[in-house]
Amino acid sequence: MTGWIDHLLIAPIVVPMLAGAAMILVGDRSRTVVLALGLLSTAALVVLAIVLLGLAQEPVVRIYRLGNWPALFGIVLVLDRLTALMLTLAAVLGFSAFLFAICRWHRAGAHFHPLFQFQLMGLNGAFLTGDLFNLFVFFEVMLAASYGMALHGSGVARVRAGLHYIVINLVASLLFLIGASVVYGIAGTLNMADLAARMRSVAVEDRGLLETGLGILGIAFLTKAAMWPLGFWLPPTYAAATTPAAAILSILSKVGIYAVLRVWLLLFGDEAGASAGFGGTWLLLGGLATIAFGSIAVLATQNLPRLAGASVMVSSGTLLAAIGTGQVAVTGGALFYLTSSVLAIGAFFLLIELVERGREVGADVLAVTREAFGTGEEDEESPEHEEVGVAIPGTVAILGVTFMACALLLAGLPPLSGFLAKFAILAPLLTYGDGGVPATTWALMVALILSGLASLIAMLRVGIDVFWASPAPRVPRIALLEIASVSLLLVLCAALTAGAGPAMEYMQAAARALHAPGDYLNGVLAVPTTLPGGGG
Amino acid sequence: MELVLSLGIGVLAGSGVWLLLRPRTFQVIIGLALLSYAVNLFIFSTGGLRSGSPAILEPGEVGTIAEYADPLPQALVLTAIVIGFATTALLLVVLLAARGLTGTDHVDGRERER
Repeated sequence: MTGWIDHLLIAPIVVPMLAGAAMILVGDRSRTVVLALGLLSTAALVVLAIVLLGLAQEPVVRIYRLGNWPALFGIVLVLDRLTALMLTLAAVLGFSAFLFAICRWHRAGAHFHPLFQFQLMGLNGAFLTGDLFNLFVFFEVMLAASYGMALHGSGVARVRAGLHYIVINLVASLLFLIGASVVYGIAGTLNMADLAARMRSVAVEDRGLLETGLGILGIAFLTKAAMWPLGFWLPPTYAAATTPAAAILSILSKVGIYAVLRVWLLLFGDEAGASAGFGGTWLLLGGLATIAFGSIAVLATQNLPRLAGASVMVSSGTLLAAIGTGQVAVTGGALFYLTSSVLAIGAFFLLIELVERGREVGADVLAVTREAFGTGEEDEESPEHEEVGVAIPGTVAILGVTFMACALLLAGLPPLSGFLAKFAILAPLLTYGDGGVPATTWALMVALILSGLASLIAMLRVGIDVFWASPAPRVPRIALLEIASVSLLLVLCAALTAGAGPAMEYMQAAARALHAPGDYLNGVLAVPTTLPGGGG
Repeated sequence: MELVLSLGIGVLAGSGVWLLLRPRTFQVIIGLALLSYAVNLFIFSTGGLRSGSPAILEPGEVGTIAEYADPLPQALVLTAIVIGFATTALLLVVLLAARGLTGTDHVDGRERER
């Protein structure tokens, strides 16, 4: 350990854990203390993530060894550019969802705030950990919290969707365990860096079994990432979840993408010897199928939450297919797309509820929630007899503008970052090697453009219906904080567009490091200078 | 010993998958429990099957790496059991809530039309 700054690496896990534990201790005695703790923790996570983002740009990969044991024996946390990027996304989305939730939704059921903190802890842990088994443990922390979040607010639809969600994720976790234990049985290690170093020396007769184990592990990741045909659980669950819960759940599918990126590129990158590129075709084809399914779902859905769920699938499919091409520049573009789509979909999930609030359907759902958990503040929340005197009220105008921004981002049209992201994936695909562009790459390009068209059509149809054709019977009452949290995410997308140059350089550097993991391996496997017991 | 263990894992996993695909929530939860037993045994077996061998070799004592029981899979199994137990308990609560809210124990929350 070389000072306090190294200890920052574990802070994204420890801060929400302590905050969540303290919230449970405080309980219902003081809501103000719980709120203050939540605000402190989520704001601290944003600051920490930005500091770590700065640290990750240094040439050395930062390692945090728990108890200062060497990576082969102990638990390690690893910080590189990809990790820092994911931490930042989770922190920003968490902060926005928290601001949105404290306006009303956190009252819809018990223990919202501790669950929210544990959710963030699981996410951050999954991004930071350097070995497969701790990845499993943090997946479980994250999922256990997400079960609570998905069921938050109760009601028939949520419990029914939640039941499916829990069963499917439990089965995926069992597959994860089977995969991890097969890998351990063959390679004798669960540390990702050590595993990558040992990939080349695995005996030929054991290689098939090891690849089977990693394939099973991949199925577990891809279930989380909602690849077709493993992703049918996603739209109903996300549509049924309460708004802030859905926003934070939308980054959960990106954890699956993160795990695929990390493990697949580390173990089956260009330096993996005989196994190089294992499963790449499947990722590409699966991604294409997911884009197709997601686009059809986008066109077929009648309500906004399901539309958002289908957009999550489209974005998952795009990412998987882009990663599956195995090109450094395409991966860089995919990381840019990941950033843009996490922010856009998070904003869209939050926005949906604000838009629906003025409509009868949304009001019905809210009424059910309030019936189940009589919060005693119905008068404040349901402006039943409000008179509307203006033709286009300011609130509706603001909602319209934010909705349009979301539509542009999701469809990938200029001038916002969604367009740049798709361009960053498409441009390197055209300069593919010397032997011309392969058929699958053409398919990917067509799929990307058509999925954008499908999103655009669906968003236009819904937008016309909501804002023009059937004007809301009453102006939705929206807290400033709620629209601020949506705007925060959209402003970040705009900032990503304005600062596209530096952002793209960062993504490309991250992609290069992922495709040539030499620094990662050396950093993790280096023997610590001071041994345990010698202080640190 | 290997044959008995692998047969045991196979029977547990097979029954688990069968029950998991049944339409009643109770069958699903029992199926998940059986599957998790199978997976726990499987993890345990990846360290190799030996009886009466120590997990930690003391310096100076007789014992070779050949007769040493790998402690890591055992630690993994412990973690997996704890997590599996907790999530199954949670699922049980959701199952009861679903039964109460929908009035049926079908996994889709409604009986199939005949």
